[in-house]
Amino acid sequence: MSLLSIRDLHATVGGNEILKGINLEIGPGEIHAVMGPNGSGKSTLSYVLAGREGYEVTRGTIAFKGKDLIDLAADERANEGVFLAFQYPVEVPGVVGMTFLREAYNAKLRYLGKQEIDAMEFLKFVRSRAKTLNMSDDMLKRAVNVGFSGGEKKRNEILQMAVLEPDLAILDETDSGLDIDALKLVSDGVNELRSENHSMLIITHYQRLLNYIQPDHVHVLAHGKIQRSGGKELALELEAKGYAEFSEEAA
Amino acid sequence: MSISEETVDQVKKLEADKYKYGFVTDIEMETAPKGLNEDIIRFISEKKEEPQWMLEWRLKAYKHWLTMEEPNWAKVGYKKIDYQDLYYYAAPKSMDRPKSLDEVDPELLKTYEKLGIPLKEQELLSGVVAVDAVFDSVSVATTYKAKLTEMGVIFCSISEAVREYPELVKKYLGSVVPHSDNYFSALNCAVFTDGSFVYVPKGLRCPMELSTYFRINAENTGQFERTMIIADEGSYVSYLEGCTAPQRDENQLHAAVVELVALTNAEIKYSTVQNWYPGDETGAGGIYNFVTKRGACRGDNSKISWTQVETGSAVTWKYPSCILQGDNSIGEFYSVAITNNAQQADTGTKMIHLGKNTKSTIISKGISAGRADNTYRGLVKIMPKAEGARNFTQCDSLLIGNTCGAHTVPYIETRNPTARVEHEATTSKISEDQMFYCQQRGLSPEEAVSLIVNGFCKEVMKELPMEFAVEAQKLIGISLEGSVG
Ligand SMILES: Nc1ncnc2c1ncn2[C@@H]1O[C@H](COP(=O)(O)OP(=O)(O)OP(=O)(O)O)[C@@H](O)[C@H]1O
Ligand SMILES: [Mg+2]
Repeated sequence: MSLLSIRDLHATVGGNEILKGINLEIGPGEIHAVMGPNGSGKSTLSYVLAGREGYEVTRGTIAFKGKDLIDLAADERANEGVFLAFQYPVEVPGVVGMTFLREAYNAKLRYLGKQEIDAMEFLKFVRSRAKTLNMSDDMLKRAVNVGFSGGEKKRNEILQMAVLEPDLAILDETDSGLDIDALKLVSDGVNELRSENHSMLIITHYQRLLNYIQPDHVHVLAHGKIQRSGGKELALELEAKGYAEFSEEAA
Repeated sequence: MSISEETVDQVKKLEADKYKYGFVTDIEMETAPKGLNEDIIRFISEKKEEPQWMLEWRLKAYKHWLTMEEPNWAKVGYKKIDYQDLYYYAAPKSMDRPKSLDEVDPELLKTYEKLGIPLKEQELLSGVVAVDAVFDSVSVATTYKAKLTEMGVIFCSISEAVREYPELVKKYLGSVVPHSDNYFSALNCAVFTDGSFVYVPKGLRCPMELSTYFRINAENTGQFERTMIIADEGSYVSYLEGCTAPQRDENQLHAAVVELVALTNAEIKYSTVQNWYPGDETGAGGIYNFVTKRGACRGDNSKISWTQVETGSAVTWKYPSCILQGDNSIGEFYSVAITNNAQQADTGTKMIHLGKNTKSTIISKGISAGRADNTYRGLVKIMPKAEGARNFTQCDSLLIGNTCGAHTVPYIETRNPTARVEHEATTSKISEDQMFYCQQRGLSPEEAVSLIVNGFCKEVMKELPMEFAVEAQKLIGISLEGSVG
């Protein structure tokens, strides 16, 4: 059975239909890459999956672990195991990263009816996670994303992902704006989490990332629809030819 | 069931109610007849077994009060108070003056258990906090008295101080907030019933947090407590007050006065977690919190620091202030004021710089939700002799929703050219981006608001004594319940 099953998904933002019939199946442990021109609806898809307000599903279904996701609030979806690494991570002044992460971790434990984690124990857990990712946990001593460089913000998202261990991680252009070393770090984070229990939907503009992360499937999203799907070779083809064949005229 | 288990149980049950301290204790009360006149004042004074000078002081204040007008410059609106329709004295009948905790009415002990304030010493935070509990007009119990006395610290109810330490009281009472200061403080001088008295002797760093819990229980009763803290040369004390009241449809008046005196090289840290009943969503009921708090840094190098977390009350009118008389003395004001639903707060501080190189810091965080109004009103005054005085003020307002208001009214008066006064102010809203980011990480909208607001208040929260910071954090969350969609 699929972990995530999207059927004929239509969604509007501010009254405009942006998603116009998306079909996508993600199985357990699979990594799917989504590519496509600017403004094609990639971030919109990620927000619709995460349940952001203002992103209205007008048709179709989203099933996650067999549950209808559309009925759940954003926080419930998160606690069910949907994680979104933001294209533009948000600053939360005054809230220390470690506190933010612990609140998130405990929210999920509460949702699952489990005992909250002790602060010291959590600290150790996060440190060990940061270490395997070759990251320093210094970022977590600062207020969430406040004054972080673009690359630091992206790394912070990956660290959060590594701690929260979601069933489905959606990475929205996490590779954009990263230097080579950071790109490697982020890829390591993804590969570290990669396993039968953790699937990913990776939105990217660059074939380069897929040198580090081997996707099971690559999709091209344009004009609110998945226009083509294939293997890794599709990404190479796009790199060479661009999106011309998916232009409005061609479609 | 142990007492603490029982407490937890009871509090759980109460949480069904939004304001979990809104219960009433069923206990037989002795009250003075309704209304205010000289006889009532004599009655209070007699009840407290006060000396003649104290009664005369009260009467002088009362006569002055009669000539005064209720102030109306604050940005708050409320129903006119009928001062003749209030009780000015209410005390549990069972306890005229308990000698020890064993004599305290078990009903009362239970009340404090319900509030999460254990009065049995062995249940107090292993000796780091001493508590004075004030129930309506009388002090119920003061813990750790013996231990404190041994060190030379006086920590008792002000009624007891009037009887036992008249010289100290006479010397300092009204020396910071004179009986003629303002309408509500004059009223307090006339009818104050109880409150805490603290004296810390020379050179002692008081090793315990001293703390008072105020509780209004009786109906139609004003609470007029008076607190005095004197830190003698080179001493240090940290004091915390907390307040709760039952949930009632009528408004109740609370007009307190707090006076602090810090002598040479002394330091007083005064923290408040104010959680009086705020009234319901429609604005019915709630406490009128009209309080005069002022500290005098009398000696050189002395320091007074006010930290307040104000989440309760229907109307708050309160400006904890510092008079910086001694050279190099320091005044600080850290404030979080939260208003939700129909609450109104007009709060801030006054920093009066008299001595050379005096320094003051003001950090104010106002949070407004619902239809509430939140005003920061502050005065920084540098007098001609205050060579090299410095002030830094930062006022930040956070709005939740579109129907609330935030206002900043800073007055600055500089009469010495060497003074440096800085003022920064910001107004912001919780953004939809922030809410979604937090929710995407699993936090419910209410948890998200609580986290974001706590972050916003962080500079103030970190000033609270550790033991109370956690409680205050939770309180911020609770008081904003229902503020988001
Ligand atoms: N609130 C909104 N109101 C109206 N249109 C919107 C709104 N938000 C997004 N859109 C539009 O939806 C379309 C898809 O945007 P989206 O951000 O999903 O694109 P994207 O594929 O992620 O692009 P990029 O590669 O640049 O990140 C764009 O045309 C955008 O202008
Ligand atoms: Mg995008």
